[in-house]
Amino acid sequence: MEKLFTHLLENYEACVAVVLFVIGLCMLLFDRNLLKKVIGLDIMDTGTFLLLADRGYIAGRSVPIVTDGVTDMANYINPIPAGLVLTGIVVSVSVSALMLSLTVRIYKKYHTLDMDALYLMMSDRRKGGRV
Amino acid sequence: MMTIFRLILLTGLIVCAAATALTKKPMQAVIIYMAYSVIMSVVWIMLESPDLAITEAAVGAGITSLLLFLTLRRLNLIDRDEEHRKHEEESLREHASHAEQKEEDGHA
Amino acid sequence: MRNEKGLFRRWLNGQVDWSAMLEQDTPAAATTAAAETVPYHPHHDMASARRAIRCGQKAYTVLAIVLCLIFSAFMLLTVANLPSYGSDSAPTVNEVAERYVEKGTEETGAVNTVAGMILDYRAFDTLGESFVLFTAMCAVTMLMNVPGKRRVRKLDQDTMDYYQDPIIRTVCKLVIPIILMFGIYILLNGHLSPGGGFSGGAIMASALIIYALVWGGERASRAIPAKALRIIVLCALGFYACSKTYSFFTGANHLHSIISPGTPGRILSAGLILPLNVAVGFVVCCTMYSFYMYFRRGEL
Repeated sequence: MEKLFTHLLENYEACVAVVLFVIGLCMLLFDRNLLKKVIGLDIMDTGTFLLLADRGYIAGRSVPIVTDGVTDMANYINPIPAGLVLTGIVVSVSVSALMLSLTVRIYKKYHTLDMDALYLMMSDRRKGGRV
Repeated sequence: MMTIFRLILLTGLIVCAAATALTKKPMQAVIIYMAYSVIMSVVWIMLESPDLAITEAAVGAGITSLLLFLTLRRLNLIDRDEEHRKHEEESLREHASHAEQKEEDGHA
Repeated sequence: MRNEKGLFRRWLNGQVDWSAMLEQDTPAAATTAAAETVPYHPHHDMASARRAIRCGQKAYTVLAIVLCLIFSAFMLLTVANLPSYGSDSAPTVNEVAERYVEKGTEETGAVNTVAGMILDYRAFDTLGESFVLFTAMCAVTMLMNVPGKRRVRKLDQDTMDYYQDPIIRTVCKLVIPIILMFGIYILLNGHLSPGGGFSGGAIMASALIIYALVWGGERASRAIPAKALRIIVLCALGFYACSKTYSFFTGANHLHSIISPGTPGRILSAGLILPLNVAVGFVVCCTMYSFYMYFRRGEL
């Protein structure tokens, strides 16, 4: 148990990534405002990216840009997570743009962003009552 | 020295994320999210990936926050938060009273 | 079901008038039956819906807390079993990464290994990602498009105030070319230094967005017509797709390009990476700019 704990402290960056992921998940689950749910998903994204980039980091090595013709792996960090995360950041912005436009459409129709009010109005509308 | 700086940055990340989760006003949440993205781009430099730092600074702190602000503006939530919440509560209460009335009607 | 529960509670409180109930029995049952024939309609009045929401919220909160706890416990357990931070003997540092770093410059001609990796070894990945951007642009177009001139002008009107301000106008005149230049620099130097298509495109888009913000959407849409944006995106995506699918026709592995890698470190080197970076940059730039325009005025 103690060994587990010291190992967690050693991997503090990955722990921060987990904490960020859980904060984003909590925002997604507990916040009733749709806009803050979008921000929560973005925070979850960055938590995942942080974990990936943290796995690629190797202490004491530098950026994988070949300088002075030195192509020995012992000088550079792992380039694969950087490439994956680079792709992920741009995908996350397009996902959030899509969700924000959906939010705007929902607001236009129901004039609220609160999930409970939305649910009430939707069940009301399904029943054929006023909105 | 670098470790201390790194720890400060990571603490800042967690504080910003928690503050985004805990603020009530969407406007404040967006501004704190912007700060979060900027800290994140410094963290990428600490992790020796400047590609990610540039992209995060341009995309996360720039474009995503801009889109969030534009959404707020589109929904008229800037400067009108209090009014808006009042309006929302009112409509909820209206719904509740409507429902209660119906309940009474149903069982009268 | 829920109604009966409510009835039980009211009966406990002594509020039930049984004679009235008996008289009302038949029509109530009839409405219940009628309500139950409507599909997807579990609650037949607002009160029970509200009660269901309240019960559902309690259950939801409990379940969500449990889910969060389970998630965090599992992930922390995983982190505790990961190899320690920054170690060079981690299993992720395997022969794939070694190959990319040690042979990358020789095979692709790119000094920046990350650019060489995402635009040469894994170019299909980036192609798919450009199409994700394109799809998001299409979806935002569908959702946010506001036809009609009056609505546009109403959304647009307060933009003109910024143009009246001499400080903002002058500073923007100075700053926009510099930002655009910096974006193009990052775009073209993607294979030599940090940056590349994604970041350069986003920076160029931010210059265009400042222009549209200060000079107003109407003028920006005249300067950068919607048709031009669409043609640029289509050409860039088409060029990317054509230049990276030649392996379907040649049938060999992807690595041997017809264009020679050139001398690593020169601006005109690295074979197809430079044009591909430019294509990706244009796609990202146009997508971000059109996101802005659709959110701002509902029209390109």
